[in-house]
Amino acid sequence: MTTRQGHALPPLQTTGLSRSFSGFKAVDGMSLSLHKSELLGLIGPNGAGKTTMFNMLAGSLPSSSGSICIHGRDVTGQDARTRIGHGMGRSFQIPKPFPHMTVLENVLTGAQNQTGERLFGACFQPGRVRRDEHAAVEKARGLLDFLLLSHLEGQMAAVLSGGQRKLLELARLLMADPDILLLDEPAAGVNPSLLEQIMDRIVTLNTQHGKSILLIEHNMQMVGRLCSRVVVMAQGRELAQGRPDDVTRDPDVIRAYLGDAA
Amino acid sequence: MIDLLSYGAFFLTMALSYSVICLGLNVQWGQTGLFNVGVAGFVAVGAYISAVLTTPETAERLGGFHMPIALGWLGGGLGAAFLSALVGAVTLRLRADYLAIATFGAAVVIQLVLLNLETITGGPFGIGFIPRPFGDLATNANAFGLANLVLMAVLVLVTYLVLEHLVRSPWGRVLRAIREDEDAARALGKSPERFRLQAFALGGFVMGLGGAAQAHFIGFIAPDNYLPTLTFQVWTMLIIGGAGNMRGAILGGVLVWGIWAMSGNLVSQLFPAEHQARASSLQIVMIGVALCAVLLMRPRGILGEVKTLSRHLGPRKPEDTVREG
Ligand SMILES: Nc1ncnc2c1ncn2[C@@H]1O[C@H](COP(=O)(O)OP(=O)(O)O)[C@@H](O)[C@H]1O
Ligand SMILES: [Mg+2]
Repeated sequence: MTTRQGHALPPLQTTGLSRSFSGFKAVDGMSLSLHKSELLGLIGPNGAGKTTMFNMLAGSLPSSSGSICIHGRDVTGQDARTRIGHGMGRSFQIPKPFPHMTVLENVLTGAQNQTGERLFGACFQPGRVRRDEHAAVEKARGLLDFLLLSHLEGQMAAVLSGGQRKLLELARLLMADPDILLLDEPAAGVNPSLLEQIMDRIVTLNTQHGKSILLIEHNMQMVGRLCSRVVVMAQGRELAQGRPDDVTRDPDVIRAYLGDAA
Repeated sequence: MIDLLSYGAFFLTMALSYSVICLGLNVQWGQTGLFNVGVAGFVAVGAYISAVLTTPETAERLGGFHMPIALGWLGGGLGAAFLSALVGAVTLRLRADYLAIATFGAAVVIQLVLLNLETITGGPFGIGFIPRPFGDLATNANAFGLANLVLMAVLVLVTYLVLEHLVRSPWGRVLRAIREDEDAARALGKSPERFRLQAFALGGFVMGLGGAAQAHFIGFIAPDNYLPTLTFQVWTMLIIGGAGNMRGAILGGVLVWGIWAMSGNLVSQLFPAEHQARASSLQIVMIGVALCAVLLMRPRGILGEVKTLSRHLGPRKPEDTVREG
């Protein structure tokens, strides 16, 4: 888990990012920047536009307007593949494991620039394929240890529990060595014992490995424990931002959340 | 007895040439889920290119380049791969059904071109005198038959081993990942379009190779050999043998060709000559019945899809177990 060094510019910055679905503005002019090695929370009631925001950041959904820069480079029109290349990776709100592949194979699929993944390499460069694959397996096993999944490495991903799927997705993502992580509700639907461990791993990734993390979370308590700064979204816009304590006392924020509960 | 031997060798050699073609379809459909309904066209391209490259010069048409047979086969495979890449590049980005329409269209167009481009393809009469492997053994029917059988079996074996190697390689793993969850694969930086195109072209290569090998074994080809019936046969072979299973594809080729050849014999014995042309559609019925029977009893084909695991995944070594993330 190496970290790209020496970027003075914010790892991730958006300006006026918007997306409409047939006239309905799901995200409406979001400007946000994620600082180096920051763990930034993106919170807001259901339907606020957080996931839509992530889809645009990760390149799986084109934006209607606005721009996205990774380490100062404009990537607005580029696809998911280029963004991974620039060091940004995402997890999904509902995990997407490859169900009929083993846990280890799932993680290996996250590796980048593998000789064996090129048809030419797979045919004609057996030595390099073996070396790459060997290194990838070592690294994948390290990540499985880190994310408490080692004992399951030979199991099909289909048998994993919801929480284990979240962990697997994180392992698969880390395999690509991103320095910016977009995590969509990593704790949703996870049982309490695993929840502590997932939170602990996220903190480790942030503090010890220097990853810049943008974390979507519905649960304010959890965000309060993890993040030093949060951005609150409601109805596609930024409602407030600041320290979690301050934000949770903001009357607008309380109203947005109560409105959601009502 | 001797007749039986050489007939057996002839039958098996033909059957195995279908197995090669069926392996190509398995790469496209079984491994990648690409619906090619123009198999006959890609097989024809392989056969014709190889025939043109290897036949001796002739006055009736352009070409006849008199190259070695091996070069012809390679050329046939590459030509079919190129055509597949072309069709794939245009349609694979669109919805799945466009590929079906495009491949069907391509096969029809290819058939028409073969029929009408007389200066190269010989038109309706096709190309004859395609050099046969081990041609100098032809006076000894048994030796000739056996040598060809061995050659075709080696071709099947090599194709099988190479394709198995590829589906178990990291390349094959990405292909499976894309089939399981395209969005997740894309988010990990894999390009589904690129991998599908490669698999489609690779499958096309194998079909072209099979077509070429078959053409050299028969010795002459004509546009009528490459009608949609051929596509239907190859699909039946794959479904009966077990889509997604390389051995199933080989087995399906042999079994369905067996049914086809036997029902052909039956038709020629049971019906008077003037009705035979029409009665031969009974052959298609026979394959259809076999298909239904297999689908009812073994919906995934006789061998069914196998779980593929990547190579290089040895058990973890003891010193690997203690490490920090
Ligand atoms: N593909 C889509 N088509 C139409 N509407 C969508 C689509 N994706 C999201 N939306 C709408 O956009 C709004 C924001 O959704 P989402 O980003 O998932 O919210 P959050 O993640 O904050 O709960 C919701 O009202 C949702 O219905
Ligand atoms: Mg969401």
